[in-house]
Amino acid sequence: MMRRSAAPRQAPADWSADDTVTLYGHATSHAQVPSARAHWAGLVRLKRALILLAAHGALLAGAAVMLLPFVWMLVTSVRPANEIFRGSLLPWPEHFHGWGHYHEALAYVPLVRFMLNGVLVCSGILAVQLLVAIPASYALAKLRFGSERILFYLVLAALCVPIQVTALPLYLGLAQVGGLNTYFAMMLPFFLSVFAIFLLRQSLKTFPDDILQAARLDGMSEFEILWRIVVPSARSSIAAFAVFSLVAHWNDLYWPMIVISDTQLAPPPLGMMFFATAETGSDYGALMAGATVLTLPLVLIFLMARRRFIQGLTM
Amino acid sequence: MNATQNDAHCRQGAPSVATAAKRAGTRDAKRTPGTRGGLRRREHWTGFSLCLPAWVLLCALYLAPIIVLALLSVTDYEMGAVRWKVVGLDNYRRAFSDPVFRRSLANTLLYMVLVVPLSVAGGLFIALLVHARGVSRAFYEVIYFLPVTATLVAMATVWQFLLHPTLGPFNHLLDLAGLGRHNFLNQPGLMLPTLAAIGIWQLLGFNMILFLSRLSQIPQSLYDAAAIDGASHAIDRFLCVTVPLLGPTLLFVIVTSSITAFKIFDTVAVLTQGRHGSEVLLYDIYLEGFTYSRTGYAAALTVIFLALILLLSVWQTRQLDKKVHYA
Repeated sequence: MMRRSAAPRQAPADWSADDTVTLYGHATSHAQVPSARAHWAGLVRLKRALILLAAHGALLAGAAVMLLPFVWMLVTSVRPANEIFRGSLLPWPEHFHGWGHYHEALAYVPLVRFMLNGVLVCSGILAVQLLVAIPASYALAKLRFGSERILFYLVLAALCVPIQVTALPLYLGLAQVGGLNTYFAMMLPFFLSVFAIFLLRQSLKTFPDDILQAARLDGMSEFEILWRIVVPSARSSIAAFAVFSLVAHWNDLYWPMIVISDTQLAPPPLGMMFFATAETGSDYGALMAGATVLTLPLVLIFLMARRRFIQGLTM
Repeated sequence: MNATQNDAHCRQGAPSVATAAKRAGTRDAKRTPGTRGGLRRREHWTGFSLCLPAWVLLCALYLAPIIVLALLSVTDYEMGAVRWKVVGLDNYRRAFSDPVFRRSLANTLLYMVLVVPLSVAGGLFIALLVHARGVSRAFYEVIYFLPVTATLVAMATVWQFLLHPTLGPFNHLLDLAGLGRHNFLNQPGLMLPTLAAIGIWQLLGFNMILFLSRLSQIPQSLYDAAAIDGASHAIDRFLCVTVPLLGPTLLFVIVTSSITAFKIFDTVAVLTQGRHGSEVLLYDIYLEGFTYSRTGYAAALTVIFLALILLLSVWQTRQLDKKVHYA
């Protein structure tokens, strides 16, 4: 503080007024530089504090908008019906309603069943995807067998074809064999993940050939090499893909909406839609409780394994 | 999220398409055919059998359906019909004179025009602010990414409640402010902007993360070098270091956001059921193909959808090739 108050007296104008810089003057100007610098440092610090304040202000305002639906969902799920009906604007319930809406939601629709369906379908899809994609990507990355070029180009082309394109013929086919309204129908189109093949091929490419050659000389079969040497080395790519696949299919609505009409088989998004469009769809307390339950698993996984989760979704 | 995820298929797909293909070519040249015939035959057989399941599924889930789709699109087949005939390109002609399809195409484009610039610019802005934070960075990252992780269908019902004409807090606030209540999900002119706002809310965090990961790859030494070269102000350093290095990522994010926006479906299905003023491409295809069972016509619409998606993907791949140059 002392230094800062002293600074204005030593204005730069003083120095330029002195035409001849004496040894003494030189010495004083040296002594004054730190105080002038301190003054500037103070200003800079003030400016920085203002920028910091503005940045946090903008970020917090945005964060509030991002969080608003989540907060309102949670608050409404524990708010008594009369407060909901009144359209209370308080961000907390005046009277805590407890688990009431959750019990209602469970009575209206089989929420737990939806989640189990989701778990079953997602894990089934992931298991087959990995079983198909790992050997194929290994062969594409490390073996020459004649048809690798054409297969790789087809994989690249298929990357650009979303489920909405193949949905119609696949639906007709499933209807033909009476396969609609089954878990199998929900999983079938996703058994082949061309994305997994592409991703794992890129990651296996970097695996050193010498090690593979050495393993072959030791008499290991290609099958053993694949599962005991190559797969463990690609663990992190596989984990990232697993996150991607689980999230994608847990949240998918389009395909289940086409092949599933039986409430008992619905995965979470379709179940939520049945719930929202049913007669009970105006009971917002229960609806918000249902939304909370169905959103919770992925959000919890995200909060627990943030890095892995983000890595999986943005590979 | 699911829209975002599905496109991630397409989006992520391409990272080094060109380079990967190139590499595949050079490997072939390295091996001289004919040497160690036995080993080669074994490799042939192993490679083929390892890829067999993938081949079978590729044919059953991609090749055959696309061929069937193309064939269906030139017929007047209706689900369950006994008789059908080839109608040539009639379905395509009909599509472009069908007011519902034209509206859904226009609405989808309008939705893209609203969502893409705002979610990309917003994502970049937030990423720049978050990147400069120290301890609080993780906190903001979590909050902004949260909508990406939440099941979109569930969050859409929450938005439905927030925007409810009588019970929703938004209308309550508007009423208090004397602006009157609005039925955001029923008034033709309001539906699309409302859907776009929800789309932006969901996409913002995803774009932010893509920008953030690029920002943290820019080495501090470049900024130091720029400072020594005379870029004394932070804004100068931003313009001469950050912007050029972020350019390719920016294009990438624009393309992926376009694909995500193009495939809007979930929010329409839950919130407006494609009511007049909110018709979009995928929902129209869904209605024609699976609700009205006009299979042949829906197939033609799907082929148009595929053509547009491929256009976006080709654009994406070209951008990615440029990205590789910079990186």
